[in-house]
Amino acid sequence: MAEPSHPGGRRPGWQALDRGQRARPWEWVAEQAIRVVSVTAIVLVFLIFVFVMREALPVLLGRVNSAAAQERRALPVEQMDRLDPEELRQYLELSRKEFAEMDRDTLRLLMEVKLEAAEEVPEDKDAPLNTAAWRYLLGPHQWTGYDRPAYIWQPVSSIHKYNIVPLIVGSLKTSVVALLFAVPLALAAALYVSQLAPPRLKEWVKPGIELLAGIPSVVLGFFGLVVLATFLQQVCGYASRLNAFVAGIALGLACIPVIFSIAEDALTSVPRSFSEAALALGSSRWQAAWQVVLPAAVPGVFAAIVLGFGRAVGETMVVLMASGNASLLTWSVFDSTRTMTATIAAELAETVFGGHHYRILFLLGALLFAVTFLSNLLGELVIQRLKRRLEGGR
Amino acid sequence: MKTPLLTFLFGSLAWAFCNPLATARAATITVKGSDTLVILAQKWAEVYMQRKPGVKIQVTGGGSGTGFAALQNQSTDLCNASRKIRAKEIEGCIRAFGRRPTEYKVALDGLSVYVNTSNPIEALSLEELAGIFTGRIKNWKAVGGKDEPIVVYSRENSSGTYEFFKEHVLGGRDFTAAAQTLQGTAQVLQAVARETKGIGYGGAAYGAGAKHLRIRKEQGGPAIEPSEQTVLDSTYPIWRYLYIYVNPALDRGEVGAYLKWIRSAAGQGLVKDVGYYPLPPPLRE
Repeated sequence: MAEPSHPGGRRPGWQALDRGQRARPWEWVAEQAIRVVSVTAIVLVFLIFVFVMREALPVLLGRVNSAAAQERRALPVEQMDRLDPEELRQYLELSRKEFAEMDRDTLRLLMEVKLEAAEEVPEDKDAPLNTAAWRYLLGPHQWTGYDRPAYIWQPVSSIHKYNIVPLIVGSLKTSVVALLFAVPLALAAALYVSQLAPPRLKEWVKPGIELLAGIPSVVLGFFGLVVLATFLQQVCGYASRLNAFVAGIALGLACIPVIFSIAEDALTSVPRSFSEAALALGSSRWQAAWQVVLPAAVPGVFAAIVLGFGRAVGETMVVLMASGNASLLTWSVFDSTRTMTATIAAELAETVFGGHHYRILFLLGALLFAVTFLSNLLGELVIQRLKRRLEGGR
Repeated sequence: MKTPLLTFLFGSLAWAFCNPLATARAATITVKGSDTLVILAQKWAEVYMQRKPGVKIQVTGGGSGTGFAALQNQSTDLCNASRKIRAKEIEGCIRAFGRRPTEYKVALDGLSVYVNTSNPIEALSLEELAGIFTGRIKNWKAVGGKDEPIVVYSRENSSGTYEFFKEHVLGGRDFTAAAQTLQGTAQVLQAVARETKGIGYGGAAYGAGAKHLRIRKEQGGPAIEPSEQTVLDSTYPIWRYLYIYVNPALDRGEVGAYLKWIRSAAGQGLVKDVGYYPLPPPLRE
């Protein structure tokens, strides 16, 4: 049935081997291999997302209980023989397989430890609260020892306090500072390089800025921690040496090449006829660049900013080193701040697999994934549309 | 062009697979955990490896919590810790290898509170410290210093030092949300050295760059300096044992010999070199 659609009787794939492409079977193999690789890449990204979501899902569905007092129903060790095996298994929270593999001594040890854990439970009005519930993840609560309801991130505490609002605000604060710093610089550079710079200079400036992308973020973070922090404190005179402002500026350095190269592409792909027409009508080169070319490339510039935002939100090492990591909820950028990425990096290593702290960090990961995915998607969509429009097909 | 590339790819793959097998043959002891103990553990490992060339010891930090997690996941032989193991963590160990981990005290540590060298304050009471670190006291004036806000430095919550300080100085209350959390005691010290309004805490081993405060147990009591004398007779109020935990099934052969050596006079002799205090003789091997 595919016969008529292939002029000259050629058919792709294996069938083609005995015909015109007989001499080049390796090309077919290479083609298939590349196809497999590209599909694998997409599948891998998808699987990572599935994995992150799977770890975070119990929190999303409210199935995680992080109350400090759930150990309270501990039984004395002697009770062990009075329980039937199924009850004992459930009491010790073992899977059937684990239970079958354990001998009596091990079970006895577990019974003892349960009692010890019960003794460690704090006497606190908040102990029975499930702090991993949405109410406590997003809303303020007046915890014991605090004089007003507050958004508190204190995961390692007698009562685990998992409010993620300070972390979200922290991420937003550093990203906004980064964009406020990076966007004007990157756009100005892009406009200059694409419209005004003499070609010889352009050949130097463009790779120079794009080279910034090659600086490892840990180096940027170190630069922020040691050099920028001291310098900016001397200039601005704020109280806290490490804060959202310092981290944002260092982060901005990481965003500049992303924003620059996309914005520059967008500005360059505006047809020359636009600026030529403007120049012919008597405008200066600056007027042509600022009033004609830039407005024509606005969607691409927007995409550049959105992709820069994605980079800023997802960046970890810079903020881990330069932001001070205090989980404060304030709107001042001169306060130390803790971002979602830095929290995951700093805390994930010590959490117990499958525990509530672990799951909540994965929830943060899923949130980050969603935010960066959406901003990248938005950026790409806008770029596609712009390309189609500029290439003629309106 | 294609063939050398393929050879290289397959070669590196083969190397990656074979390499762990090749190194696993030497007697390797992995040590993981407390950042406080890292310097001491590295010193022990260094000296021990010189004496016994057949043994390889790998020491990594990451915090006591990281060490206990690794002990439960059986990804380390020895776990360094600057706090006692918790019931939850014991439970994880029993599930993993069916026994309670064995606990060895290996050294003593006085926890110092650092301030910038330009700070006029010389001593604080435990109560004042708790006030500063929980955020109740926000200005140096309240404890007799200049009229300046206090910048509080703390450690990441995976650190045993963090939990010890929280338990013994703050009485289990939360650190102030304004406390900046840093990744290691060295970073805290560096931050306090640069920040004239700063205050931080950490092992007494990390000395240089900042002023160690003397501590009063009660308001108006005597101010005690952290030193071997005051830690050993426990007049200095903020001190702790440092521990090594091990799966009892592994506590023999090379690992057992190493643990024994650490707690012998030879091993304890190195403790003071890095600024901690050796175990009093009755607690040694």
